Amino acid sequence: MALDFDSARLPNPHLTESHHAWRQQLRRFIDAEIMPHADDWDEAGHIPDTLWPKAAAVGLLGLGYPEAYGGTLEGIDSWHAWIAQEELARIGAGGIPASLMVHGIGLPPVMFWGSETMKQTVAPAVLAGSKHISLGITEPDGGSDVASIRTTAVREGDSFIVNGSKTFITGGMRADWVSTAVRTGEAGARGISMLLIPTDAEGFSRTALPRKQGWWASDTATLYFDNVRVPADQLIGPENQGFWVIMTNFNRERMAMAAGMEAMARVCLEEAVTWAQQRQTFGKRLADHQVIRHKIARMKQLINATQSNIRLCFESIEADQANPGDIALLKVQASETLEYCAREAMQILGGMGYLRGNRVERIYREVRVNAIGGGSEEIMRDLAARQYGL
Amino acid sequence: MKVLVAVKRVVDYNVKVRAKGDGSDVDLNNVKMAINPFCEIAVEEAVRLKEAGVASEVIAVSIGEKPCQEQIRTALALGADRGIHVETEGKVEPLVVAKLLKGVVDKEEPQLVILGKQSIDGDNNQTGQMLGALANMAQGTFASEVKVDGDKVNVTREVDGGLQTVSLKLPAIVTTDLRLNEPRYASLPNIMKAKKKQLDVFSPADLGVEVTSHIEQVKVEPPAERQAGIKVADVAELVDKLKNEAKVI
Repeated sequence: MALDFDSARLPNPHLTESHHAWRQQLRRFIDAEIMPHADDWDEAGHIPDTLWPKAAAVGLLGLGYPEAYGGTLEGIDSWHAWIAQEELARIGAGGIPASLMVHGIGLPPVMFWGSETMKQTVAPAVLAGSKHISLGITEPDGGSDVASIRTTAVREGDSFIVNGSKTFITGGMRADWVSTAVRTGEAGARGISMLLIPTDAEGFSRTALPRKQGWWASDTATLYFDNVRVPADQLIGPENQGFWVIMTNFNRERMAMAAGMEAMARVCLEEAVTWAQQRQTFGKRLADHQVIRHKIARMKQLINATQSNIRLCFESIEADQANPGDIALLKVQASETLEYCAREAMQILGGMGYLRGNRVERIYREVRVNAIGGGSEEIMRDLAARQYGL
Repeated sequence: MKVLVAVKRVVDYNVKVRAKGDGSDVDLNNVKMAINPFCEIAVEEAVRLKEAGVASEVIAVSIGEKPCQEQIRTALALGADRGIHVETEGKVEPLVVAKLLKGVVDKEEPQLVILGKQSIDGDNNQTGQMLGALANMAQGTFASEVKVDGDKVNVTREVDGGLQTVSLKLPAIVTTDLRLNEPRYASLPNIMKAKKKQLDVFSPADLGVEVTSHIEQVKVEPPAERQAGIKVADVAELVDKLKNEAKVI
């Protein structure tokens, strides 16, 4: 047993030949098309437009979407999706998958709740990588408290007139559409709808959030809606049912984030172990000092626990018995694991890790966005406590 | 035109290979396996011939134990139409592989057989040539370009000192060099479709071949550890070391 990225993955009896093949081909793609540029793209603050069509061709963008819209669904299960998250996290630059795969949160509301015309308009272009879709929930006045959003959509004939703004919108600068949460009714959760807003609509504008702690390669934006007129048939799901659309979407996003975090933690383990086995201090390998051995063992301990938990949650999803409380706590488990592993890998790498241009330094910067985005640790625990009927 | 492509299951080229403790063989326990890179190039070339309308069917064949079906599936995901697995036990040496391939050639009667020039595990570089002899087919080895022209195939070969182009009468054997093409990635939809493609399994007996062995592996040991290099302060020191330590000038 070694502690490299692949060896530190616990066995998973659900994996078959097609899963192994998918990992192998996706890794080839990532190693050739992304890995050599990861640091440059991170520093540059964006990924090239050409990456989307390439990712579409290898089947990454279409994973889990119906064939009729250009995706691959037949025979696909949670394990293919987990592998994709792991391999993308292995790049060790969170902004790249966050930006490349942002349709993973923007598109499902359209696919599950949108009209056939809407699906036909949006999905094939997004899954081919020629157009982009983001998810717009968080507002300048509040993020976690989804029920209190203030962006309004007022009915006027066959249209809605949208006013307000959204912020921390991943992929927002590039999006052609935004699946947007708007208030169409009473205060609270029962007055929210989801609306598909095209970004070429009159009255729409956006600005980039240029300096972030992490996710450098992702074009995160603030969006402004100033009397934007949106046809009423752009409603995603029934009017005033948007809260449920959003909540269903969160489970998928949290599983993806947890899977990514565990894999990033494993990258930290791999890098720390490689260094600890080669670096000599006080006449012996770093890996021979008890204090370092214990750090590494604890990293593996937390990674094992998180992996087991991810597998269990995916098993529940496959059995159609997903528990949102368990998934919320899994996300916390994963961010705590990532936080510990990023910290200790930095300690083990020392000055080497502190210099920019290595995966551990980049991952260290990605911890907070994972611990806050997609539901902060605090909100996750609260949600779980409510789910468990406390 | 039917094209037969041979693929071999080998240790992934990214894996740092270790010898077993007793020196009897390479340690394959829990090691990541993959399609031999030269075989992957062969598959790519065959698929391109099909896409160009030159080949009508691409058949991928592998010889080995059951797990090598994974590599056949990879070839199918890359675009081969169907697979053939000749199931053997333990090690098979190049001559046996060539005889088994000859059996498949007799069965399928392909116009073109494309193989990797060698596999990265045994590095024998024999199978293609032996098959050429057994099947009495013309061979173009170390190909960097393959062009089918009517009943001929023109193969540009990477030889010492340059490139040599030979014209072979079909049916013929081609073995691939590194620069022939850059294999594509098998996409997820094609991986899923490959599961449904036909894969026939034969035994050596089905092909009328007896598996024999002429070679005994005596010992496997890792290469000597390379010593770390040193930095020299100036040219004078470099010249001094080359002269007095390395004794090369």
